[in-house]
Amino acid sequence: MTRLTLSRALNEGLRKALENDPKVLIMGEDVGKLGGVFRVTDGLQKDFGEARVVDTPLAESGIVGTAIGLALRGYRPVCEIQFDGFVFPAFDQITTQLAKMRYRSRGNLTLPVVIRIPCGGGIGAVEHHSESPEALFTHTGGLRVVACGDPVDAYAMIQLAISCDDPVIFFEPKRRYWDKAEVDTGGGLAAALPLNKARTVVSGTDVTVLCYGPMVKTCAAAAVAAGNEGRSVEVIDLRSLSPLDTETIFESVRRTGRCVVAHEAPVTGGLSAEIAARVTEECFYQMESPVLRVGGFSTPYPPSRLEEHYLPDLDRVLDAVDRTFGY
Amino acid sequence: MTVNDAGRAASADSLPASGQPEPAEFVQLLTPEGERIDHPDYPLEISAEEIRALYRDLVLVRRIDFEAIALQRQGQLGIWASLLGQEAAQVGSGRALGPKDMAFPTYREHGVAWCRGLDPTKLLELYRGVSHGGWDPKAHNFHLYTIVIGSQTLHATGYAMGIQRDGAVGGDDGEAVIAYFGDGATSQGDVNEAFIWASVTNAPVVFFCQNNQWAISEPLERQSRVPLYRRALGFGFPGIRVDGNDVLACLAVTRKAMQAAREGQGPTLIEAFTYRMGAHTTTDDPTRYRLAAELETWKLKDPIERVKAYLVRNEMTDEKFFADLEAESAEVGARIRKACLEMPDPDPMAIFENVYVEPNALLESERDQYAAYLDTFEEVAR
Repeated sequence: MTRLTLSRALNEGLRKALENDPKVLIMGEDVGKLGGVFRVTDGLQKDFGEARVVDTPLAESGIVGTAIGLALRGYRPVCEIQFDGFVFPAFDQITTQLAKMRYRSRGNLTLPVVIRIPCGGGIGAVEHHSESPEALFTHTGGLRVVACGDPVDAYAMIQLAISCDDPVIFFEPKRRYWDKAEVDTGGGLAAALPLNKARTVVSGTDVTVLCYGPMVKTCAAAAVAAGNEGRSVEVIDLRSLSPLDTETIFESVRRTGRCVVAHEAPVTGGLSAEIAARVTEECFYQMESPVLRVGGFSTPYPPSRLEEHYLPDLDRVLDAVDRTFGY
Repeated sequence: MTVNDAGRAASADSLPASGQPEPAEFVQLLTPEGERIDHPDYPLEISAEEIRALYRDLVLVRRIDFEAIALQRQGQLGIWASLLGQEAAQVGSGRALGPKDMAFPTYREHGVAWCRGLDPTKLLELYRGVSHGGWDPKAHNFHLYTIVIGSQTLHATGYAMGIQRDGAVGGDDGEAVIAYFGDGATSQGDVNEAFIWASVTNAPVVFFCQNNQWAISEPLERQSRVPLYRRALGFGFPGIRVDGNDVLACLAVTRKAMQAAREGQGPTLIEAFTYRMGAHTTTDDPTRYRLAAELETWKLKDPIERVKAYLVRNEMTDEKFFADLEAESAEVGARIRKACLEMPDPDPMAIFENVYVEPNALLESERDQYAAYLDTFEEVAR
């Protein structure tokens, strides 16, 4: 076991992937000599060379478009989009090309491309550096969308995403890059939870809180606080946003009868809306209250001096938990 | 080929900004009248048999196109994008490719598809709505048609970067990629990004732009103030303009550019100066935006007639060749027509197939629910 930051855990996972498969490539802006603006790719170019850890021209559509071509040639590119708000120039290549290639080729082509996106707010950044665009990708058939929430998952999930034959959008919780945990980098991934499975972070009996990415830590802390007030909160880290592990979600909600979904993204048209609809369809008779959502407001992301108001925190999660008992 | 190609051409060229009128300089090896001329940079040794083979390609792809338009008019295809007028650009470049070279087409490259050995009925599948592309790109080294304008130029460049990493560039058995696109696509960010990537990586890719003068209703001057081939110079690789209605010139120019790419000399932009004789697609009405006189001018530069004139004048063939080809052409037309008419609709459950490699519980559940729903109807064939 090694104590690693989430950023370092990703780095170790990427290193393992580069070591295990010569077809794995890393490409993006500043990923080489600099090691990425969050140092996730630190030292990799030095050890694996410029042909495998590629500093690309500064154009996101070009990064994803050429990654598609490399994948067609048999490579497994891992693209870094420097910040969430910069994925949009690549949105066309991701949604019209990457997501659809297997479908339109009737299975003749596969594109094992991973697109890493640091996401979310909380670091006092300027505009376009704090967004949570996951729902735009979960809405697109053909993409897998995942989010890691802690160093242990970061290390395993990045490797699982790279070995996945489908394209994966991989969200990294920016404000958790410096969180530390003990990570086992010695063994293989045989014991790792599959990429499409949710994980129960805190077991509870009164209400289910569903979350992912940066909100996992917040919700786990909320569960502790609620416990002090005598409420037993179950916290589930969804991990896979597309497809959703509905089996785990429904089992928990049927048991607790209450459900809160928390994410940083605006709730309007957000992933929580999809989850609320599905939970209502499948768990209706076991529900004690409507599914409640906690998330960003339906506004553009505010200037960073206001982001503590925008980002759902422990108290807003607890407020929603409390409200599920008001029906 | 060197950067000087573009530089020399640019300095000698007195084109107006739009590039729309007759180009002052392009590579031509066969005049519209069927006269063979030489070009110092593009010597072409070609036998009578090879020219007859090119002529056959030109005639057959025009026939396939003709048949497809008819099928669309009869409601058998949803839409068709005609290649009429662009046969030489496509056959000339298509026949310049080696078996290991990879081609990335737009949605109009029926002539290139033919050269790559693709059954034309596969193209009809797409335009009939039976599939989004029913062929295996790896089997023909011919990628799927791409409809989003210019996207495929980045895929081609990435593929070429893969060739570099495979060590398959340079030497006699080198591989290269050709990316097809049109004049309108040169305005797309993706095409410009592809130029940049190919340039800074020296990727073995040839950018083959069929400048057919029209992007649906928009003439070239809406896309560019300079001749398109000159743009290459700004990206740092050679650009060359070729008579896109001259199959021999397209063959020679593409062959040289592909060879340069295979040998590790990097990308080339080829502008094939041609004309879209038909509508953009069968849904378009070009009489709303262009003059009939323009069409008449280009009819005189027909890519097929000039080859025929050359073959006849130089007694390189006989009447039997033309008669046999006419019969073969009719046979190809009849065959694809029959195949189109007999093409079944896919099974409804095909909607859910090949979205992901790995099993997906959500899709399986949607599929099962829809199948159960369909089963509640008596008459639905599944």
